[in-house]
Parts: sequence; structure tokens; C-alpha cells
Amino acid sequence: MFDILGIASRNLLRYGRRTMLTLLLIVIGMVAVLLFIAVAGSFKSMMVGQITDSVLGHVQLHRKGYVASIDSLPLNLNMRPNMLAKIEETLDGNPAIAAWSPRIKFGGMFSNFAETTSIRINGIDPAREAATVPLLSGRLQEGDKTAALVERGQIVIPLLLARGMKTQLGDTVVVVATNRDGSVNGKTFVVRGILESISGPGGRDGYIHIDDAREILRMTENQVSEIVVRLKDFSQLERVGGQIKAAVEGLTNKEGKPVLEVHEWTQLSPFANIAKMIDLMTLFIKIVLVSIVLVSVMNVMIMAVYERIREIGTIAAIGTPPSRILSLFLAEGLMLGIAGTLAGIVLSLAGIYGINVWKPTFDFGMQKGLVMAPTIAAGDVLMIAGLVVIVAIIASLQPAWKASRMDPITALRHV
Amino acid sequence: MSLLSAEKLTKTYRSGDIDVPALKGVDFSIDPAAFVAFVGPSGSGKSTLLNLIGCLDHPTSGTLKVLDTDIATLDRRAAAHFRGENIGFVFQDFNLIPVLTVFENVEYPLRMVQQWPAAKRRAQVLRLLDAVGMADQAHKRPDQISGGQKQRVAVARALVSDPKLVLADEPTANLDSETAHRVLELMKKMRDEFSTTFVFSTHDARIMGEAETIFTLEDGRLLPAAHKEIAHV
Repeated sequence: MFDILGIASRNLLRYGRRTMLTLLLIVIGMVAVLLFIAVAGSFKSMMVGQITDSVLGHVQLHRKGYVASIDSLPLNLNMRPNMLAKIEETLDGNPAIAAWSPRIKFGGMFSNFAETTSIRINGIDPAREAATVPLLSGRLQEGDKTAALVERGQIVIPLLLARGMKTQLGDTVVVVATNRDGSVNGKTFVVRGILESISGPGGRDGYIHIDDAREILRMTENQVSEIVVRLKDFSQLERVGGQIKAAVEGLTNKEGKPVLEVHEWTQLSPFANIAKMIDLMTLFIKIVLVSIVLVSVMNVMIMAVYERIREIGTIAAIGTPPSRILSLFLAEGLMLGIAGTLAGIVLSLAGIYGINVWKPTFDFGMQKGLVMAPTIAAGDVLMIAGLVVIVAIIASLQPAWKASRMDPITALRHV
Repeated sequence: MSLLSAEKLTKTYRSGDIDVPALKGVDFSIDPAAFVAFVGPSGSGKSTLLNLIGCLDHPTSGTLKVLDTDIATLDRRAAAHFRGENIGFVFQDFNLIPVLTVFENVEYPLRMVQQWPAAKRRAQVLRLLDAVGMADQAHKRPDQISGGQKQRVAVARALVSDPKLVLADEPTANLDSETAHRVLELMKKMRDEFSTTFVFSTHDARIMGEAETIFTLEDGRLLPAAHKEIAHV
């Protein structure tokens, strides 16, 4: 094997300029793909992280039909105590779940005693919410980020509302809501924080304590609108989501139909489509890379065989088995692939490091100045490297096969 | 017992719709350690015959036995194996591999064809390079040595695996007289030293003069009257 690789490397060096040009193409392709994966991947994971870790969580559970009419935040589709008991049992019994948090969501009127406007409110258990969506308190533009998000009697309001209503920290405001029976109730709150708005559902909601929500809505039993779940390992989303679905499917109504529905974050946020587009673009750029490697290596190997026909005839005549001739040319493709891959990886990692030192910023929706910090997983690097090497070998296969099947007499006569 | 024997050997090529006979029923036999030349004008069938003897081609009809093996029975892989084990080749244009040194060119059949162990391989290559007077040029590349030296290296490569038979196709065609004479002397010396049979195809009078047996081919037939037989001592 080392003999074959040794001869292959010398043959590559024999046509140094051509080999370098081919390598350059492979390296450019590798760098383009790896940098794109790193930058697009970091953008995607940052956005997904922002959305899931500050609002949506990884998985949400609702009463059947709630999500379809979520714009009106229907109180008659809250989950009942028997459902909550089953959910609690399911979630607490699943070791893949890191935390979960109940929310009571409702629409109401917000008044600063001078003006009134509408507001969407989340009634939350602050400790459970912090464990489930840990970036939520980080969105506080004003107010103590280290304390619990809300205590009883406190409200956190979205930035746009605070600006529009000229409301500041410490102001007393009133929230008025209609409960499911149609009676109206109100409660005064002290503004404890002003929350940065973010794109997507729930990004402009206000927050109060869950017990205050129950009080306003005059709930006599334990009801919640949604349960937000955080997984220990985000990559297990599909598997764990399936487990939760399977577990709560047994809870049915009188007609025998499931009363609960389980949604992964991708089903709740339009950003999931952007994430899919990023994945699609990554796929396309990988296809471009494969094409570059395939065409450039095949071209150089076809030329190598054509220029060495007499040499092939000579080694075949003196008894070199066809399989070894095949190996000699495959080895050249393999070495081109490996050399291009190694150089591509080094340059890509240097590029990624450079971007991390440079720290370019970008805006995403209402969030300004997000710092791009590209990273790339070893698995992605290995996958692309493997792809390039395999494609380089495949590209060499036809010329190598042709060389191994060459008639020695014809080859020796070649001028 | 003969090393090579041919009976009613024919070879016909197809050119478009036309059959072109290259050999028309050739009979001959060659003994071990012979120094034989096939001579004749261009197109007489010399190269075709050498290709058949070298297991590079198959006869159309008749029998050709090389070392008791009917070459018609060898498929591509078996023919390559047979050549690697038993036959050395010397080409008109030397055909050394340009990316390998002199040492590595001679070593090639032992390393890439027969896969001898390294120490044994090295000793054999040095022995052959010494025998052809190229030991001091072992580290050079083919483009750093002269034509005569290249052919010496080619002879060493042909002999390195101790073949029973060496086929040389116009080995002196690209050499000046003095160099050609030296190469022929070297081949004879190798024949004497290693008891290898040398078979040439040539129309070089210098080789004809050195050959102990000459077969003359004309229009695909062997001319018996033209035989020059010198018993090998």
C-alpha cells in the first residue's frame, strides 16, 4: 500500500501545476462549505436558541384545538386538573426532560390610569419558567435580571407597550380581563421589568405570577393554557417529542378522541421555515462541492491516464496485475482528496477562528447587534472531509478502470 | 526440452471488414539459454510474434508453448502473472518509469509485481545494477542518464526477477553503434551468467551478427533457408 501511495504521490508531483490547480479547487470548495456550515449553523442555532430558550421552549402541550385558535387565547380550552395530573406524571417520569413550566395565557386590557390598551399576558411560575426558558430574564431591558422574573403583584411588560404607554419601572398599572364565565375583573400591578421584544409568537407578551393570573380570571380549579417543556438534549427533540405524544394520547374525551396535542417548536414558529431554508442551502452548497471535486479530479485523472498510456503499457507488460494498476490511479485520486481536504480543513478552521476574533454583528428582527460566533462540529468536518475523499475516489474510478483494462500492446504503441 | 515451441501459429487482425494475417502458420522451437533474433522487414510479423511469446496477445490458431504453458489458455490476469514470473522485457524506447530512480525502476518488478521482502529485494537490485555497471547511478532519475545507460537499466529490470526468458523488441534501435555493441555484450554476458534465453526482434545487422540463432520472417512466414544456427556452448 505504501509503495502504491509513494508512486502515486510522485506522479501527482510530476504535474505539479495541474495538481496544485486541482487542489486549489478542492480547497476553495471545502472552505466555502465549511465556512457556510459554520456561519449559517451558528446563525441558525443562535436564532433557534433565542426562540426556544426565551419564549417557546422545545415542546409545548395544549388542549386539543388551542393552537388553532391561539390568537384569541381561549380560556375555555385550558387544560383541566385531570389532564394536568397525567401530563405531570408523564413529564416527571421522562429522564430526557430537563424542566417544564405551566402558563396561563389570556388577553386583557392594560391601563396606566391615563391610557388603556390591549395586552397578552402569560401567568407563570417564575422558578419553573426560568428553568424552562432560561434566556427569558436575559431579555429584560430594564429591571433586575438576577431576581425572579415576577413576584405576586408585579408585572413585566414588553418594550413596545412600555414606550407606547410611557410606562416606567415602578409604575402602578391595572390589568383587566374577562374570565370564561364573562365576568370582568381587574388587578393592580407594579411594573417590575421591561422586556425586549423578539420576533415570533409570544415575543411581545407581558408576564405576571401564575397565582395573580388565577386571581384575575377567578379560577376555582387548577387550569393552565399551555405547558412548555425543555429537553436535556435538543438533538433528541423528535424522539422525546414522540414519547410525550405517545404518553398523552391515552387521555381521551367521551368520543374516545385525544384531548391534548403536543407541538415541537418547529410547528409553532415561522422561523422553523428559515431554519429549513438554511438546511436546504447547506445541501445545495454540498452538491456544488461534490460537483467541483468530481469534475476537477476526474479531469486531472483522465489527463493523467492519457499522458501515461505507454507507461501503463510498460507496467502491464512487465506483469503488474490489473488490480494494482487500478490501485495506482485510485491512490492518486485518494491523495488529491486527502490533501485537498486537509488544506481545506486547516484554512476553514483558520477562517472560523478569524470570524470569532473579528466578531461581526447582525440584526435579527427586533434584536440588534447579535454577535456572529461561528462554530463547527467535528462531525460536520469529518462528514465533509469523508464526502470529498469518497467523491475524489469515485471520480478516479473511471480513469483508473480504463488504465487497468488497457491492452498492453496498444498502450506500448501509443505515441 | 525446448523453452519455446510454436506449431502452425497464426495471428490475424481485423481491420474494419478486412482480415489482415500477421503470422501464417509459423513453426519453431527455441532452447533454454539461447540468444535468438527474429529478423525481417517492417510488417513481416516480428512484433506480433514477440507479443505472442510475451503473452501480451493470443494466437488466432495453432499452438504456442512458453515454458510448457499454452499461452492461449491464459486469461488477462493469469497472463500478467505469468509474465511477471517468467518473462523480462526490454523495449526499444527503454520505457523506464520517469518518477522512479534507477534503483527503483529495477526494483519495480520485485516490489510491485512479485513483492519480494525488502532486504532480499535490495540485494538483488544491487547485484543486477552492479552486473550492468549502473550501481553508481542508482539514485539518478531516468532523465539524468544517457540512452545507453537507460537501456542497461532496462536490461537490469528485465533480469531482476530471474526470468527464464527476456524479450527485446528492437533494443538497439535508439542507440549509437558503440552503445549498442556494449548493450549486446551486456546481454550476452547476462545470458552466460544467468542462463536466460534472449529473444530479439530486430532488423539491426549488429544484433544479427551477435545472435546465435536467427529466424527470418517475411510476410508472416518463417523462411527456413535463412536460419543461422550456432550451437550455444
